[in-house]
Amino acid sequence: MTPLQQVWKQARRLMLATAVLLGAAGAARADMTIEVVGTGATQYPIAIAPFQNEVQQQQPVTPVVGDDLKRSGLFNVIGAGDLSPVPYTVAQFNGAPLKARGAQTALIGTIAPDGDAFLVTATLVDVGSKNTLVTFQRRATAGQMRRVAHQIADVVYQKLTGEPGAFNSRIAYVVKMGKRYELQVADADGYGAQSVLASNQPIMSPKWSPDGGRLAYVSFEEQKPIVYGQDLGTGRRWKIAAFKGSNSAPAWSPNGQQLAVTLTRDGGSQIFIVNADGSGSPRRLTNTGEINTEASFTPDGGSVLFTSDRGGSPQIYRQPVGGGGAERITFQNGYNASGKLSPDGKTLTLITRTERGFQVAVMDMASRQIQALTDTGLDDAPTFASNGRMILYETDIGGRGALAAVSSDGRVKQRLRSTSGDVRQPAWGPLLK
Amino acid sequence: MKKIAASLLLTALLAACASQPGTQPTQPTTPITDKSGNDSASTNPASVDLTKGSTTDAKGYNVLTDPNNILSSRRIYFDYDSYVVKPEFNEMVEAHSKYLNEHKDAKLIVQGNTDNRGTAEYNLALGQKRADAVKKQMNALGVADSQLETVSFGKEKPLESADTEEAWARNRRAELVYDGEAAK
Repeated sequence: MTPLQQVWKQARRLMLATAVLLGAAGAARADMTIEVVGTGATQYPIAIAPFQNEVQQQQPVTPVVGDDLKRSGLFNVIGAGDLSPVPYTVAQFNGAPLKARGAQTALIGTIAPDGDAFLVTATLVDVGSKNTLVTFQRRATAGQMRRVAHQIADVVYQKLTGEPGAFNSRIAYVVKMGKRYELQVADADGYGAQSVLASNQPIMSPKWSPDGGRLAYVSFEEQKPIVYGQDLGTGRRWKIAAFKGSNSAPAWSPNGQQLAVTLTRDGGSQIFIVNADGSGSPRRLTNTGEINTEASFTPDGGSVLFTSDRGGSPQIYRQPVGGGGAERITFQNGYNASGKLSPDGKTLTLITRTERGFQVAVMDMASRQIQALTDTGLDDAPTFASNGRMILYETDIGGRGALAAVSSDGRVKQRLRSTSGDVRQPAWGPLLK
Repeated sequence: MKKIAASLLLTALLAACASQPGTQPTQPTTPITDKSGNDSASTNPASVDLTKGSTTDAKGYNVLTDPNNILSSRRIYFDYDSYVVKPEFNEMVEAHSKYLNEHKDAKLIVQGNTDNRGTAEYNLALGQKRADAVKKQMNALGVADSQLETVSFGKEKPLESADTEEAWARNRRAELVYDGEAAK
């Protein structure tokens, strides 16, 4: 048994004790609930006190912050709502009772009316020294309180772990209900799911533009795969690649102006670079092998990773966009596909074939060691959070497509439970402003 | 240039369609009540609905749909990890090739399909190989490229949803669809 499998086994035992179901009260039918399994190597004990006046909000802030932090597996969230009085400011803060509960830091704050909106102030305090570690302040309307809560969670996460958070982000995925397909967008915690496209034909491979304002995806509405772009604000759609044959596997360049796509118009499946607005002629990138697909850009935009059968089995290659040969980068296992680099470029996530089947894995780019992270065998479409810490992917649970997430160290696992349908093809979007 | 102009026109038509009231969402989605705040506009996505409206009707190619005619046979099955048309399908491929050679205005779309093992996009490329294998055989029988288009559905349109050898075998196939025929 590998160390990761041992961790997972331990984590599953822990699940019975620690599983938390984070329901979103009053949410739409399509919302997902997230079940968490396992914890990080380090857990930060943090007390969260209800913010002053937050109970008067239709969406109180601190429960959302607490759920975000708990779900990451890296925080032990300690309640402080029963303190008398509940501290709202550093001046009112008394560390002793929270220290007794094991808290090292405490999140306190206020929500004050400010014209037609509110001023939200959050302070992270060191329990021992009463020193302010970080202060967050933002003016927000009542309808923006969830967004503000995710931002506060990101600020706390970054201050305590030293890595950026990714709570204030969205995910896109495809839901199949009977013969109906929907492309949906939801907050990263599964809340607020909305359909942005409904079709009677399959939809696949949604990908976020780097600015988070557009999606590229493959739609079969014309009885063949065509790559579309869609503006999420206006709903405007346009064809990015609609050539003879199949058009698939879109991947945005980091500057959002171009995409890599797979076209079969010249024979075989080959990777081309096209303009994001669909203008101009595609520029062909690959010439070797019958299959070259699943392109993704390296974070610097200089190269693409892709899956190719040129060596006889599907493996991942890297090729400069500006010209130059392809370099094979996966050598372990006979099937490696759907490769994407973490934002820091140090870790590759991919689907690898093991004796268990098709599993989400990571490969350390320095050692080239591939390590499977899941215990399922029909995984697909791994997608990094913007901070590279979590990987969201598609799996099969009880014969139904479902989303799950795993930390890139394999220790924390989440299952996103949907009330209906097959949920597939996730894409994790960039951090929202 | 002609292709670009056509695709620009299509884009314009699509854009026009997308703004018509008929394409509004069929079901209420989660309300984001506040639209005046400082969130980016994109956090309140607009919705497009393609499920309304009729699919194209068949134009009535009788000889193609007559169950007693081999031309009504439209499925070619493949072995696991194989992209070769098996001899048992030669008669069907030859009949369709003959039909295409005798009807130069007819166009055939060959749709490749796979079983559900492996990633969706890699399977799309594998399905394409199956469609291309059928096309290659038809080309050898004299069918012009202009009458053929090969596309793939990958693992997106399985005939069977079970995870059994039998279901997988049924899903590894190419489907022949004449231009203008109704979608299945």
